[in-house]
Amino acid sequence: MSELLDLDGLTKSFGGVRAVDGLSFVVGEGEILGLIGPNGAGKSTVFNLINGVFAPDRGRVVFRGIDITGEAPYRVARSGLARTHQIVQPLTAMSVLENCTVGACFGRENLSLGEAREAAVEAAVMVGLDDRLALSAAALTIAGKKRLELARALAARPALLLLDEVLAGLNPTEIDHMIGVIRRIRERGITVLIIEHLMQAIMSLSDRIVVLNTGQKLAEGLPAEVANDPSVIEAYLGDPALAAELHGGA
Amino acid sequence: MPDGAGQRELGRLTLLRRPTFWLIGIVTLVFAFAPFVGNDVQLRESLLLASIYITLASNLNLMLGYAGYINFGSIVFFGLGGYICVWLMNSHAWPMAAAAVAGGIGVSLLALLFGLGILRLRGAFFALSTIGVNEAIKAFVQNFDPWGGSSGLYLSTELFRPLGGPMQALWIIYFLLIAVMGASLYLSYLVKNSKFGLGLLAIGQNEDAAAVLGVPTPRYKALAYSASAFLPAVAGGLYFFKSAFIQPADAFDLSLSTEAIVIVMLGGQGTIVGPALGAYLYEEMRGFLLTSETFSNFQLVIAGALLLVIVLFAPGGLMGWIYGRWPRLRRVLE
Repeated sequence: MSELLDLDGLTKSFGGVRAVDGLSFVVGEGEILGLIGPNGAGKSTVFNLINGVFAPDRGRVVFRGIDITGEAPYRVARSGLARTHQIVQPLTAMSVLENCTVGACFGRENLSLGEAREAAVEAAVMVGLDDRLALSAAALTIAGKKRLELARALAARPALLLLDEVLAGLNPTEIDHMIGVIRRIRERGITVLIIEHLMQAIMSLSDRIVVLNTGQKLAEGLPAEVANDPSVIEAYLGDPALAAELHGGA
Repeated sequence: MPDGAGQRELGRLTLLRRPTFWLIGIVTLVFAFAPFVGNDVQLRESLLLASIYITLASNLNLMLGYAGYINFGSIVFFGLGGYICVWLMNSHAWPMAAAAVAGGIGVSLLALLFGLGILRLRGAFFALSTIGVNEAIKAFVQNFDPWGGSSGLYLSTELFRPLGGPMQALWIIYFLLIAVMGASLYLSYLVKNSKFGLGLLAIGQNEDAAAVLGVPTPRYKALAYSASAFLPAVAGGLYFFKSAFIQPADAFDLSLSTEAIVIVMLGGQGTIVGPALGAYLYEEMRGFLLTSETFSNFQLVIAGALLLVIVLFAPGGLMGWIYGRWPRLRRVLE
């Protein structure tokens, strides 16, 4: 498995708070890597450091062998790295198709408007939004907007997709659908780095998992290994004795 | 890539097949010939002002309507273009067309430079900085002796001679201003239907999301700012040549910038025909109020009230209202 994304000693402080602290991990080509951790662990900040929304104070981001540390988000997007937002950011005055066309136009392949429309339709089909192409993005339900985030990122035909809580706020049927979509995305050869709070979902989806706590890497490994790691359980539940009890009882 | 070329060809064909494309051409021709047919000088002067309003509003719309950046000082393009053109003709004996185009290019390049700087600001800060640009250039011109300082430049009527005397020159200038108006509308049309335009619209709705999607925001914003400067600057050159006089107070009059904003909002920001419709109606209203003679510049009072009403009750302007009422017209009148 060759490295697609290599994070090396990433550090970022906001005021006196160290949101990400010396974080290093590698995302291999073709895998689904889950990034988990309690609220405030710094997961979304990691995404923002990777795609250039923030520049790190220290450390490097290497994507496909090229150092992209601190590059502007649009340059990172052009290099083949797409993402979704935890809080959906639809272009509300545009239709679903137009939203996806923006993603396709300015994504990895620098498509013309006509080609971008085809890529946009393809992406919409993949997430199951093709019946709502002409609908205004503002008119979508929250589940629809989550799918739109994903479709827009997919339309860019990225090599790496960062998914920030695409399952949050969805009902069980929608979650099942979304998990299926993510699996199909990986089958297409797109590597996925995913942040998620729904443990069951992320445990079944991910090949490997990185656990983040207070900006530092707490654990890394296969889902089963991580789930049984006492320090992870403690971070989530606070009290190791309680954690052990609950874990034993489960 | 033969496939890509074929698709582009197809794209061009569908552009030509759209009603808006033909509408722009027809409106431009009507503007050009309506006063010419009956040799109606009064109608010509009224349409000339309307065409300038359309040019200013339509280009302002590239920033305001597409990219979502409010440019309060857009009149600086018009005034500076006027100065460059008049000065080149007066002091360097340039022919009119060359001087006007040179004004356009000069102002456009300057806008590109300024744009790369001030477009790092957003919202109210950007809006304020555009007023700053206008005031700074006005102050510079007021103190720039080769351009006559605050008393301005007078043109010799001799300059009308190569155009066949003043009477004929006024018609030529009129036709050129109408052509600039038509070009402005086509520019709006082409930008809106291009990848560049899609990027600008994305910036206008959510700049951060646009950047994450890969839209090169600093470059696109600066290009839009620069593109929106070119035709107003050319129009300024022609207009001030026609007046045979230019002074800083007229050239950099902020109230005209404000009127352009009202026009764009009135017609419908982000649409192609909206600013033209707004400009025509606004000019008609202005003409009506001027003949009442009760107030001078009363149109500005109306403009202020109009802006309030639009922002509060109809943020989509006239076109927004039309689209809401007849959704199918969205495809016909873009």
